[in-house]
Amino acid sequence: MTRTTKEKIIKAVFFVIAATSVIILGMIVISLFREAVPIFRVASIKDFIFGNEWYPTYDPPSFGIWPLIVGSLIVTLCSTVIAVPIGVLSAIYISELANPFLKEILKPIIELLAGLPSVVLGFFGMVVLAPWLQETFDLPTGLNIVNASLMLSLMAIPTISSISEDALYAVPQEFKEASYALGATKYETIVRVIVPAALSGISTAVILGMARAIGETMVVLMVAGGAAAIPDSLFDSVRPMPASIAAEMGETPFGSNHYHALFGIAVVLFFLTLAFNLVADYIANKYKQTGSATL
Amino acid sequence: MVDKLNHDGSIIAVEHVNFFYGTFKALTDIHMLFKKNAVTALIGPSGCGKSTLLRLLNRMNDLIDGTRVEGRVYFEGLNMYDPNIDPVEIRKKIGMVFQKPNPFPKSIYNNIVYGPKLTGMNNKNDLNALVEKTLKQSVLWDEVKDILDQSALRLSGGQQQRLCIARALAMNPDVLLMDEPTSALDPISTAKIEELIDELKTDYTIIIVTHNMQQAARVSDETGFFYLGKLIEYNETKKIFTKPDLKQTEDYITGRFG
Repeated sequence: MTRTTKEKIIKAVFFVIAATSVIILGMIVISLFREAVPIFRVASIKDFIFGNEWYPTYDPPSFGIWPLIVGSLIVTLCSTVIAVPIGVLSAIYISELANPFLKEILKPIIELLAGLPSVVLGFFGMVVLAPWLQETFDLPTGLNIVNASLMLSLMAIPTISSISEDALYAVPQEFKEASYALGATKYETIVRVIVPAALSGISTAVILGMARAIGETMVVLMVAGGAAAIPDSLFDSVRPMPASIAAEMGETPFGSNHYHALFGIAVVLFFLTLAFNLVADYIANKYKQTGSATL
Repeated sequence: MVDKLNHDGSIIAVEHVNFFYGTFKALTDIHMLFKKNAVTALIGPSGCGKSTLLRLLNRMNDLIDGTRVEGRVYFEGLNMYDPNIDPVEIRKKIGMVFQKPNPFPKSIYNNIVYGPKLTGMNNKNDLNALVEKTLKQSVLWDEVKDILDQSALRLSGGQQQRLCIARALAMNPDVLLMDEPTSALDPISTAKIEELIDELKTDYTIIIVTHNMQQAARVSDETGFFYLGKLIEYNETKKIFTKPDLKQTEDYITGRFG
């Protein structure tokens, strides 16, 4: 066998492997859309997305998923508010301040946290955090937005922290030296040079952390409370989209309107996470090309 | 108490300095006086310790883990390695220009005002005046006066290095340390920076590390030749390049070794 044929075969093998995963993903997306389409014959897109009532098993049923979307968005938002400062600050500590010994310990621990099964976190939220919340704040239930947001933030922190840390680590040593040589302190160098230079990476980290939170199923299924209603306070229960799909899919007759409605929810979720990823991509590219001079 | 000492006519005095990276001794018993408002060149083969000495003079070596200094370095009569001295204050008075141009990924304007803003200078007019003054000093003003808001990273290498010099000058330092400032530049940019060094020495003391013998001969008043972490010969540049005291110096300068 000549060298060029060998090269060609290797190239073809890699192409097939790469194409397989793309094709499979594409087929999943297609079947997702195909199963979702029938629901829009029953309810218009507007009624489906902005309808306030999710009563898929009533007679007549109503398929408004707005409370589910609100539930997803609010737990994502709250968990982001908690996870971003902790994730970013811990990344700054690990990459710039911790001594090498502490760094060697902290970095793997945070990465290990990312591998924690979500059902474990959900279980913790159910049996430890929920009773505590219920008792401390005298609530009807401890399974609510606060509980779900805290658990989701625990999932988002490792993502945000380790991606931010990579971005901070990638800031060239020359920038830091330039800053110190001008009489800047360590704190000034971090705030005015290192963080701005890593901002595109940190933004990507934040958005990927949010994408992780919005798509997370098990935690919200276990601790968000499951009430498909628009919440009045942070201590109300909600029913985020993934929880709804997971909880209801098992009891839904195949091919029924309810079944198709769940696929409709999945499509909405698909577009939301897609949007998060596109924004992350956009931010990363935007600052890369202009040398982040606008910062 | 910070111990004080007078060294007539010199701004920096290095006394019996040993320097270690971990257990490796990079500098041995360096003893050197740097004249005020003069250009001093440090020459020698790679790894001879000349850059280490330069970075010692504004305590940049503090930033590297596992380094240790023995001996004393006096700056205007004060021992800068005294525990009571804050290295941050030293670096404000002793500026540095690096081998590779390293502007911040910010606009040209913000590169210059970075240091002054840290010292609490916030008046817009003062900052504008400072930007114009330092860019004129570094002979960059005409090329960039209309694009001050543009990213410094879009400038050419030579322009970036002059920007870095302007940025250092904006702190109004007493001493300017230059670590092979032209080694990454083309001949035209190099010539511009050498001219600049010549003009700057009326107001500043300049210490420059260079691998380029002609450059040392052209720009400096005094030259120190280093080999294996030791200062072999330190003399007037004219003397070093015409009639050095030591055979070893002559061999290096004429290219017979190193």
